[in-house]
Amino acid sequence: MSVTTPSKLQKMIASGNLAVTSEVGPPRSADGAVIEHKGNLIKDYVDAINVTDNQTSVCRVCSLACCIRLKLMGLEPVLQMVTRDRNRIALQSDILGAASFGINNMLCLTGDHQHFGDHPTCANVFDLDSIQLIQTVKMMRDEGRLLGGFEFAVRPQMFIGAAANPFAGPNVAMRVSRLAKKVAAGVQFIQTQCIYNLDKFKEFMKLMVDRGLHEKVAILAGITPLKNVGMAKYMQKRVPGLEVPDSVVRRIGGVPKEKQAEEGITLAVEQIQELKEVEGVRGFHIMAIEWEEKVPGIIDRAGLYPRPQLA
Amino acid sequence: MIKAVPKPLEEVLDLVKDFTKVLIAGCDGCVTVCEAGGLKEAKVLASALRLYFTQAGRQAQIDEISLTRQCEKEYLAQLSDKMDAYDAVVSLACGCGVQYMAEMYNNKIIYPGVDTCFLGVNEERGLYSERCQACGRCILAETGGICPIARCSKRMLNGPCGGSDAGRCEINKDIPCGWELIYERLKTLGQLDRFEKPVDPKDWTTSRDGGPRKIVREDLRI
Repeated sequence: MSVTTPSKLQKMIASGNLAVTSEVGPPRSADGAVIEHKGNLIKDYVDAINVTDNQTSVCRVCSLACCIRLKLMGLEPVLQMVTRDRNRIALQSDILGAASFGINNMLCLTGDHQHFGDHPTCANVFDLDSIQLIQTVKMMRDEGRLLGGFEFAVRPQMFIGAAANPFAGPNVAMRVSRLAKKVAAGVQFIQTQCIYNLDKFKEFMKLMVDRGLHEKVAILAGITPLKNVGMAKYMQKRVPGLEVPDSVVRRIGGVPKEKQAEEGITLAVEQIQELKEVEGVRGFHIMAIEWEEKVPGIIDRAGLYPRPQLA
Repeated sequence: MIKAVPKPLEEVLDLVKDFTKVLIAGCDGCVTVCEAGGLKEAKVLASALRLYFTQAGRQAQIDEISLTRQCEKEYLAQLSDKMDAYDAVVSLACGCGVQYMAEMYNNKIIYPGVDTCFLGVNEERGLYSERCQACGRCILAETGGICPIARCSKRMLNGPCGGSDAGRCEINKDIPCGWELIYERLKTLGQLDRFEKPVDPKDWTTSRDGGPRKIVREDLRI
C-alpha cells in the first residue's frame, strides 16, 4: 500500500474504515444509458464501482468507455482489465487513456478463457498475465516508463488491484503463495472470488496474517447474493474455482421459491457481518450479477451505510 | 515430434474428385510415428480413393509412395521423374512437408492429406499430447521442466489462474492444470522459492510474433 494515489478507494482503506465496492456489467449493445442507470443505483452506497471487462468472454461495451462515463458522472470507477484480448501495446494505451480522464483505480486480471463466451473460435492474446499487468502499471506509475522503455512525464496515478481466489486448486497454502507473488509484483488491493465457504476463507486469511501479507495488501472480501437455488447449484457445479457448500444450497432451497431471493440476500448480509470480524479484511466487494438494484439494501442491512465522508 | 491426424476422407475426396491421376505421398518421419501419414496410411487412403472412383464408374490411377522425409530436398527429389504422371499429389506429411513439396514442384497441385496439430509426445498408441510450442527461448529450467506456454490454456508465466479446479483446467476437465503440475514438481524438487518470484513479461520475438523464423548456424554451413 506504499504509493499514495488520488484514489478515493485507497483513501477509504487508509482511513481504517471498511471499504465497500461493487460492480456493474456493461450492456451487449451500444446503449450507454445502462451503465449510467446502474451507476446511479449504487453510487451512494459504495466507495468505488468496478466495471467488468467483457466478463465470461462475452463481448460487451468496453470497460474503459463505461469507466469514463462513470467518471464524468462524478463517480469513482475501478477499471477492470483482462489480458486475454489485448497485447501490451493496447493495455498500456488503455491505461494511459483511463488516466487521462482521471481514473485512479485498476483491477488487473488475466481473464476467463474465450471458450466460455460468445466467440469461442477467436484467437486469444495473453501477451501478459495478471501479475505482469500489475508490474506494468506499477512501472508506468512509479517510473514513468513503458515496457518498451519509453519515458514519459505525466504518469497514470493508479491504485493497483487484482483478484484472488482462495477456493481454487490445489490448496489454500498455494493460493496464499500466489497472492504473495502479486504483492511482490506491486498489488495494493485485492477483491476476492465470491465467498460461500467462510471456514476456508478464514483459513486463507489466517495464513495471510501469519505471513504479514495482510499489512501489505488490502483484502476486500467478495460477496455475491444468490437469487435462487438454481443459481446456487449452478455456481456449485458449473463455475470453475468456486466453492458453494451443500449447506448453502440446502438453505436457499429450503425456503419457498418466492422467498429464495430474500433468503439469498439475508445470507449475504450474514456473511458480511461474520467476515467483518476476520483479521485482515479491509472491506467488501459486492458482486450482484445483473442484480445491481439489490446492492443498496445489502450494504444498508450489513451496517455499512451511510458511507463515511472523508475530507 | 510433430503430431498430425488424417483429414476426413470426404475432405480429401472433395479435393481430388475431378482428377484421374493422383499420387498419395506419405512421409516416414513424424507422421509415421503418430500413424497419420506414413506408408501404411498412404495405402489405406489410396485404397479408399480407388474404391470411390470404381463405385463412381470412373477410370482413375491412384498410386502411393512414402518418402524418408518430406522436409528435405534430397528425398523430395526422388519424385522428380514421377511428377509428370500425376494431376495432383496428396501429401500426408506435416505442413512443412506439404509446403516444401509445393516449393519444389511449383507447377503441380499439392494438397494436404493430414491436419498438422502440435509438437507432442506419445502417451500411448493413439494418444498424443502437446508439450512444446517452439517459442524459441526455453524456460523449462525455471518451471520445473513443465512448460506453461504449452500446458496452460492462457500461457500464463505466473499461474495458476483462479479457474484451476481440483487440478483441472477451467476450459476442460480432461486437461490437467499446467501450473498445478509446475507447483507440485517445484515442491518435489525443493524449488518452491521460484514460485513466488514474479516472472517478467516475455520477449515473444523468438516465437511466431517475430514473423516467420529462420535458424542460421554458421558453424554448420559450408
